Order: sequence, then structure tokens, then C-alpha cells
Amino acid sequence: MEISFRDMITVLHGMGFGALFMLAFSGAIGVIYATAVAGPQWPSSQRNNSMFRFYLISVAALAWLATLSGAYVVYPWYRAVPPAGTTDLSAYPRLLLLSSPLTAGWHDLGMEWKEHIAWFTPIAMTMVAYVFIKYGPQLALHRQMRNAILTFTAVAFFATAVAGAFGAFLNKYAPVRGGPEIILFQDK
Amino acid sequence: MATEPTERAPMGLPTGPGAAAILAAGIGSLALGIFAFAGDAVPVIGRAFNFWNPTGALSGVTLTAIAVWLASWYALSRRWASREVNLVPVNVASFLMLAVALLLTFPPFMDLLQGK
Repeated sequence: MEISFRDMITVLHGMGFGALFMLAFSGAIGVIYATAVAGPQWPSSQRNNSMFRFYLISVAALAWLATLSGAYVVYPWYRAVPPAGTTDLSAYPRLLLLSSPLTAGWHDLGMEWKEHIAWFTPIAMTMVAYVFIKYGPQLALHRQMRNAILTFTAVAFFATAVAGAFGAFLNKYAPVRGGPEIILFQDK
Repeated sequence: MATEPTERAPMGLPTGPGAAAILAAGIGSLALGIFAFAGDAVPVIGRAFNFWNPTGALSGVTLTAIAVWLASWYALSRRWASREVNLVPVNVASFLMLAVALLLTFPPFMDLLQGK
């Protein structure tokens, strides 16, 4: 069983950083909600407080890793330009999609939207982590501040969902593939 | 039963630092939307945003938006560090900027504005 280097990095970008971020989302919402419900009594210990801080910093870090790896590692492979005279576009996903009116929309709408909307997530989650760490239990006293971080968190979730869904479809119709083959395991 | 000591933020922390972070996130998001739209609509701006050729205009759009976000956060933090800021107008402005930014990155809306 083998996988190409570019496939592996694309999986790391989407399933490693992106999907892990989405999974961590519900926990982030729970942590923020807990501050509102429990008030200044929350968290019950310094260890819990440190753990929640670490959790939100990790969520923000995952957002940055997913976005940076997408824009600066996977995207250049996606938009690579073939040498003149190339007829097999399988190694050039953007041009492969644009070569047919049936698939061009996946680039014109999917990638064009994904490449920009994804960047709202790390900005929003960095702000959320900062405000949470700065105010901690005092967030219970600031309803407007809670409203702001919950709204930005919801937008970050939407942005990641859009980017992730289109990423999955794009990789289905025009996979980013190539580079050295990595053998994961071999049948005897 | 003994409990661990809890680290608490000092009560009465002003809203300024939080407001600065929230408004800066809105400003950074709007900058991203405006730069994305400008790079798509005006070819010369698109070429100017081509900071790193493999990623194309996206490199300049995102790096410039991040610079605007961080610079505005720094400036607002210094200004509001110890102030009590009314969060209602801050939230309204931030949400509006975020909404406009989301629209400006939506390709059909970009095309509509360009008359395509």
C-alpha cells in the first residue's frame, strides 16, 4: 500500500489539521459556554483553567496549520502550470477542472471561495483564544464579549465547513497527486 | 475536601483589551475581503499581491490582511489598554465588517459587483 507525497500532505492538511480542528470545535463551544453558566466560580481548579487555555490555543494553532499548509504547500501544487504541449492534465488539478465546463465550477466557485474564506478561521480563533485567556471567569460578567466570541466562533465553524467540504470535493474531481511514492506497508 | 488553588483574572479588568481584539478581528476580516475582491477585480492589484509566485495573488492578499489585522490590534490595544469600552458599538461594527468580508469573498457576489 503506497501513497504519493503530495497525497499524504493533502491528507495531513485536510484530515489532520482541518478535520481535527472541526472535531475540537464542539469542545471550544463547550468551554466558552461553561464560563457563562458557571460564572466566576469557573474553572474549579488551576489545572482545569490551564487545560482549557491549552485547549483553545491548540484549536487556534490547528486553524493556522490547516490554513498555512493549504495556502503555501497544497495550493501551489493545485495551481501549477504545465509545460507547453502537455496533454495529460492529471498532475495539474486547476487546469484539469477548467478544461471541462462540467467541472470548471469546482474551481470557479469551490476553490475561489475556499482559498479566501478559510482565512477567517485563524483570525477569529486567535481572537477567541486571546479573549478567553485574558478574561477567563470574568467572561461571565461580559455578555457582549461572550456574544462576540461566540459569533466569531460560529463564523469560523462555517468558514471551515465551507473550506473543508469544497476541499473534499475538489480532491475527488482533481486530486493533488505526485512526488515520491511512500510505501506504507507491503504484502509479502 | 481540599481543592487546588484557582488562578483568577483580577476582577474589574477593563473591557478595552477584549474590545481591541474583537474590533481588530473585524478589521482584519474586512481587509481580507477587500483585498480578495480588489485582487480579483483589478488585474494590476492582483499582480501587486503576487508576493510569492507559487501561491500567486493569494500570498499578498492574505499576508497583507494579516499585517492589517495585527497592526490594528496593536494600535487599538495600546489605545484601550486600561479603558472601559462600550462593547455594543464594537460588536456591531465587528459583525458588520465580518458580514461584508464574507460577502466579498463569495465568488458569485464578487462577479455581481464586477458586472460579470
